Amino acid sequence: MNSARKRDLVMLVFALVLYGVLQMMIITKIIGSFWELNIILICVNIILSASLNLINGYTGQFSLGHAGFMAVGAYVGVVVTVKFGLPLMVALIAGAIAAGILGFLIGLPTLRLRGDYLAIATLGLGEIIRIVIMNIDYVGGAAGFKGIPHLTNFTWVFFAMLATLFFIKNFVNSSHGRACIAIRENEIAAEAMGVNTTKYKVMAFTLGAALAGVAGGLFAHQFYLISPNSFTFLSSFNYLIMVVMGGMGSITGSIAGAFVVTFISAALASFPEVRMIIYALALILMMFYRPQGLFGYMELTNVGPIKKFLDKISGAKGAAT
Amino acid sequence: MDFIHQLVQQLINGVSLGSIYALIALGYTMIYGIIKLINFAHGDVYMVGAYIGFAAVTIGNLPILPALLISMALTACLGMLVERIAYKPLRHAPRISLLITAIGVSFFLEYTSMYFVTPTPRTFPEVMPNISFNVGGFIINGQQLLILGITIILMAVLTYIVQKTKLGKAMRAASFDTETAQLMGVDSDKVISMTFCIGSALAAAAGVLVGVYYNTIDPLMGIMPGLKAFVAAVLGGIGILPGAVVGGIVLGVVEALVAGFLSSTFRDAAAFAILILVLLIKPSGLFGKNTNEKV
Amino acid sequence: MFFSKKKFKLASMIACGILASALFTGCGGGEKGSSGGGDKPAGDEIVIGSNFELTGNHAQYGANANNGLKLAIKEVNDAGGIKGKKIKIVEADAKSEAAESVNAATKLISDDKVIAIIGPAVTANVIAESQVATDNMIPVIGPAATNPDVTVENGKVKPYIFRACFIDPQQSEVMAQFAAKDLNAKTAVLYLDSSSDYSKSLGKIFKERFEADGGKVVMEEAFLAKDQDFKAALTKIQTANADVIFVPAYYEEVGKIVKQARELGITATILGTDGWDDTKVVDIAGKEALNNTFFCTHYFEGDEEVQAFIKAYKGEYNNDPNVFAALGYDAGKMLINAIERDGDTSQKIRDNIESIKDLPVGTGKITMDAATHNPIKGIVVIETKDGVRSLRTKIAPVTPEG
Repeated sequence: MNSARKRDLVMLVFALVLYGVLQMMIITKIIGSFWELNIILICVNIILSASLNLINGYTGQFSLGHAGFMAVGAYVGVVVTVKFGLPLMVALIAGAIAAGILGFLIGLPTLRLRGDYLAIATLGLGEIIRIVIMNIDYVGGAAGFKGIPHLTNFTWVFFAMLATLFFIKNFVNSSHGRACIAIRENEIAAEAMGVNTTKYKVMAFTLGAALAGVAGGLFAHQFYLISPNSFTFLSSFNYLIMVVMGGMGSITGSIAGAFVVTFISAALASFPEVRMIIYALALILMMFYRPQGLFGYMELTNVGPIKKFLDKISGAKGAAT
Repeated sequence: MDFIHQLVQQLINGVSLGSIYALIALGYTMIYGIIKLINFAHGDVYMVGAYIGFAAVTIGNLPILPALLISMALTACLGMLVERIAYKPLRHAPRISLLITAIGVSFFLEYTSMYFVTPTPRTFPEVMPNISFNVGGFIINGQQLLILGITIILMAVLTYIVQKTKLGKAMRAASFDTETAQLMGVDSDKVISMTFCIGSALAAAAGVLVGVYYNTIDPLMGIMPGLKAFVAAVLGGIGILPGAVVGGIVLGVVEALVAGFLSSTFRDAAAFAILILVLLIKPSGLFGKNTNEKV
Repeated sequence: MFFSKKKFKLASMIACGILASALFTGCGGGEKGSSGGGDKPAGDEIVIGSNFELTGNHAQYGANANNGLKLAIKEVNDAGGIKGKKIKIVEADAKSEAAESVNAATKLISDDKVIAIIGPAVTANVIAESQVATDNMIPVIGPAATNPDVTVENGKVKPYIFRACFIDPQQSEVMAQFAAKDLNAKTAVLYLDSSSDYSKSLGKIFKERFEADGGKVVMEEAFLAKDQDFKAALTKIQTANADVIFVPAYYEEVGKIVKQARELGITATILGTDGWDDTKVVDIAGKEALNNTFFCTHYFEGDEEVQAFIKAYKGEYNNDPNVFAALGYDAGKMLINAIERDGDTSQKIRDNIESIKDLPVGTGKITMDAATHNPIKGIVVIETKDGVRSLRTKIAPVTPEG
């Protein structure tokens, strides 16, 4: 127990160092504004892929409606900041709550479905959310919501991402998370062992939706305008690709997946004609050679040398105190 | 125009729209039935079929029937090729990896086509006479009648193939349990390949007919119909051929009624809502059989 | 575990490698940027950015506008460039999405150090981009973005954002007047693309003006871009029995709407706006169906002054230019003119675009209204009969304010 806490601390220190280095590079303009924007997008996408991973990877429920929850978070967020003039923190919380409530309401009936049926149902619900937003003139309808203040910056997204990752890590390692993993491994067996499968499936779905709402709020306040166009089922596919590419059921995988996908897209920005072709080929080849994703079920912190190294520092620190 | 008249006209509109969904859904549901893959690339195979038909008509100067057959033959090869190259190596991988591959193939077909044919839509020359019948004040389009007829004929032929022929038996066996089928002497690889062949040929037929009827084709034309066809297949009970046709027509009718009597903007939302309701009441679709999962 | 430890190590090493290389390229891009900053016009090339929708749902519009722009630039480069300097276009992809448009514009500005940006084609994507361009003081010309909000925000003109087309209120006003006065229409139905800002705003203004002229809008219906089948809504529209149907939308949908409407036996006059301006409409809808339809646009292809452009475009791309291509070309011409008049910095180009006066472009002559950043251009109303377009009326240029 104690050494797990210490390992968290070590990871936190690493994260803070990474933050410091990147922030330094942004301030000194070593990282130009294009890559700064893409680092921010990577962080937002990490939140999205990690939260989708909670649903798809850890609980094994095949959801294809993540962009819908992101849209709810984004639109609730901008209403809070633009129409009510409240700070970003309130917007993010409101967006998370709204997306979470919606996730709960949607999850309760639909999570009875399994596999591909659940996938198409969630895909449909994501589209319904988008179509409804498109018809609300209060938030700009199809034209999109204009004039959003630029409140998101690297610091916000980085710490939101960090909080999300630690939250998911702790959730997964808690008894709730174990129940979710049991459902993934075998739902009927889990039920037979006394796991309340509906409860945990809905719980994972709600949490995943709420976190997608946070990501949506951050995303919206990065751009001057958001439109329902940004939240189609094709973007849900994109987040699913990140999860699968990184590895279902691995937080490190979600980070890597979000990073790789966003990075490929940014790096290919100079070749617009062939960008999507290369991306598609990369996707297919990736699935050939690593169908379980970059990390599979593994965490980077559990890989031999890194684990030894982490154990050593946390162990050494443990001995000192 | 009174209400009843309008209702009947909307039903006609719905059935004719639904027959297009049904035609695409037939291939979709066959492929799903055998390898349990949501083949997101199916809509794009349909698009490629439309372009091949277009090329045959405009560059090859062929009449519509040979163009249709050429397109079906070439697209069938494409379907088999896709299966062979992209899906077969992943037969034992997690199903979700296969799904991502399907999305990858979908992007690849869309954007490779866009690279070569440009995103500008193409228009089919008039290759079929377009006659509208006025039956007692109701307008029925000849081409759509043709599409409906072809859909029903194809459904019958496919049902015959699946239920009565040796290949069909092998297909059913492979879809039930690929490995056991293999042990019983069924060449599963060949059967799956044949399924892709037939499914893709159907998609090509749909692509050409839709291209002729609506008169435009573009590289992204497959996305929405592909999704709708999948919805139709799920609605009818995935893997079941008559289910796909009924699902497609139900979907078309629902869309027409919602657009006609409520609001067009909520048409797609209503289509998905109906899907979700049906699934919640009968999770295996209208025609599907409930199977108990075992540990 | 599903895989050996060794294999996993390899994978994680690859992942780390990608991470490292990403950081490296990230910095690399930045360094190149910081050293190049400050002296933008240096070198023997003038770098401009093209930010169009090259993939996604609006790719056909973006690609056409991009073709128009490339033609304009090619012409000036073939003629020796501007004061010996060639113009280089850096292309970026707005991916038919607002956020991606910002992303692409940011790349053009920060990595490619462009001096000005042309594009995107669709209104929402230009509006989204306008903030990053304004922050970096890079002038933008949106060739076909007709919504008033593109150049004006809260009653104030956005200093760096321009357009090469007229604005929606003008189009709708012309068509509303045309319906009420020329056609003596009393009732109208609006059939709008509810996924498009363009269509919705045109419909709204048409309704205001048409009702101010004594007409009445009796029904509003909607469809979604990329729809194929419009019969359900058209059957409903038929029951309204209106004199005119106003369909402000893009040509692909318009062609199908007109075709299916006529099939259902709708004989009412169908009106449209500049989104109709593509000869493909005739191919899609068929010649007969298009009888009794009118739309307004930027130029008439039979006009003397546009022949040079049409000929050049056909020579380059082997097909007829559509409205997006023409406006992309106009935007290119405007930018070239601004650079020619000693526009060696973004700031000077901005000032020069603002002061464009009687500049001959592909579709006629353009004068920029400094107060709104809208060009002062005429509007033509075009009638299609048996597949042939003819000029119905020409409305002389007026200041948008009037």
